[in-house]
Amino acid sequence: MNVTQLSVFIENRPGHLQNVLKVLAEAGINIITLTIAETSDFGILRMIVNKPEEGHRALKAKGVTASLTDVLAIEIDDTPGSLLKAIDTFSARKLNIEYMYAFTEKRGDRAVMIFRFDNVEAAKQALQEEGYGIVKKIDIIGE
Amino acid sequence: MFNREFEAMPVNRLKELQLERLKWSLKHAYENNAFYKKKFDDAGFNPAQFKSLDDMRRVPFLYKQDMRDNYPFGLFAVPMSKVVRVHSSSGTTGNATVVGYTKNDVEVFAEVVARCLAAYGATENDVIQVAYGYGLFTGGLGLHYGAEKLGALTVPISGGNTERQLMLIKDFGTTMIACTPSYALNIADYLEKKRKDYDIRKTKLRAGIFGAEPWSEAMRSEIESRLGISAFDIYGLSEVIGPGVSCECSEKSGLHVFEDHFYVEIIDPDTGEILPEGEKGEIVYTTLTKEAFPGIRYRSKDITRLYRDQCKCGRTLVKMEKVTGRSDDMLIIRGVNVFPSQIENVLMEVEGTEPHYQIIVDRKGALDDVEVMVEVSEKLFSDELKVLDGLKKRIEDRMRGVLGISAKISLVEPLTIARSEGKAVRVVDKRKI
Repeated sequence: MNVTQLSVFIENRPGHLQNVLKVLAEAGINIITLTIAETSDFGILRMIVNKPEEGHRALKAKGVTASLTDVLAIEIDDTPGSLLKAIDTFSARKLNIEYMYAFTEKRGDRAVMIFRFDNVEAAKQALQEEGYGIVKKIDIIGE
Repeated sequence: MFNREFEAMPVNRLKELQLERLKWSLKHAYENNAFYKKKFDDAGFNPAQFKSLDDMRRVPFLYKQDMRDNYPFGLFAVPMSKVVRVHSSSGTTGNATVVGYTKNDVEVFAEVVARCLAAYGATENDVIQVAYGYGLFTGGLGLHYGAEKLGALTVPISGGNTERQLMLIKDFGTTMIACTPSYALNIADYLEKKRKDYDIRKTKLRAGIFGAEPWSEAMRSEIESRLGISAFDIYGLSEVIGPGVSCECSEKSGLHVFEDHFYVEIIDPDTGEILPEGEKGEIVYTTLTKEAFPGIRYRSKDITRLYRDQCKCGRTLVKMEKVTGRSDDMLIIRGVNVFPSQIENVLMEVEGTEPHYQIIVDRKGALDDVEVMVEVSEKLFSDELKVLDGLKKRIEDRMRGVLGISAKISLVEPLTIARSEGKAVRVVDKRKI
């Protein structure tokens, strides 16, 4: 049920993102959504891809530092205040969000957000109890 | 004293013993090792002509490069069937070197370490926690066998895992811990940051046995005050035997060299001339009893001086000053002596793994500027920025604490640092260009 995110260490310099994307392209990996967290000298590229394990292997083989992380893909109503409501819920449940980013495409009339919680399993249980739809890996990668 | 006969031997008698043992050791190397035979022959030196200690100046030096060239077993002087153990050190520059030990060598190694421990006041009633790494490095096994030889309760915990170290100190009633001095400071930091509830002064820990890297008197005071223990220096190098070549005693004023097993000289590193007693120079070692791997006039590159005083501890053995520097790889940054090995130790302790790193020293205006590039391996990597930022800060803090310098830490991608012959280039000093 968890979605596997592929995270990659890249230096904040010209050509470095290009190199990573080239490795993934050559391995036939399709990127579904991505985000970059950056500092002045390095960044972390976080991606949801169709074949995370294969992507990880391909990067590793090229000497690129990468890891796989469990994140949750959650459906949120595409209406004003819905994200606030979701965050209120997490806050009430004392779920700490490490980072989050959005999906580019909607799922029906709902938006999909990726959340990384410090405790994935606790978050999953709490969200189900609160009636949030958690998107399965299989739906996201479309296989 | 663990072995009063040798440790408190009258100096005249000691010199006679050294001469007798030197004759054996030189002959042993010459007759049983082809490399030494050629080296001696080329220098026109025949061990049969060795009559007095003054003749030492005619014996050719052994260099670290000789060991690399004879990797792995080319300097052994006994059949391989008599070698029972090997240790290996990669050092901070160059390729690996290998040293071997016969059963008797292992016994001598244990004996000298036991003497060190006794000099720090240890007895069979002590509990000695060996927090040096166990393995090819001589520190872990060296201290282990010495502590057992002394009859102390030996705790082979090896390096790292500070929480567990603290647990065993408490649960086993550890009285002495053996580790690198920078790891001792790491423990102090850990206690301050994470275990305010743990009062190390309420444990039985009373002394620390520190070596494997150069450390200063300032570090000694810091360790002693922060951990509430007495800090002793143990010195050694694998090319001679490992830890236990020399040790401090209760007086903490220099390290006694176990001269019945090791002959020491101070030379001018540039000319190779022997310097008079008391002068500072490079210390050169000759093993007197080693069988598997005789070290004849080994150029240690360690800078110190030798002197004989009436030590209150009763030992008649010559003393060497605490080694604070090496002649080859020392960097002076803003007036502070810094050794790449110290930086390596900091990285190893913060990460629990040895990352690839490179030190870049440059001069910005009037100030030296230090940058340490650290390659982020999968082990160090996290998908969270705060974890990577925390890693950078921890390394920077330790650098300041241990080395007394502020360095900028840059996290870089694997294989960023240029490697020559498979080994990374550790230091780039742009100030000289």
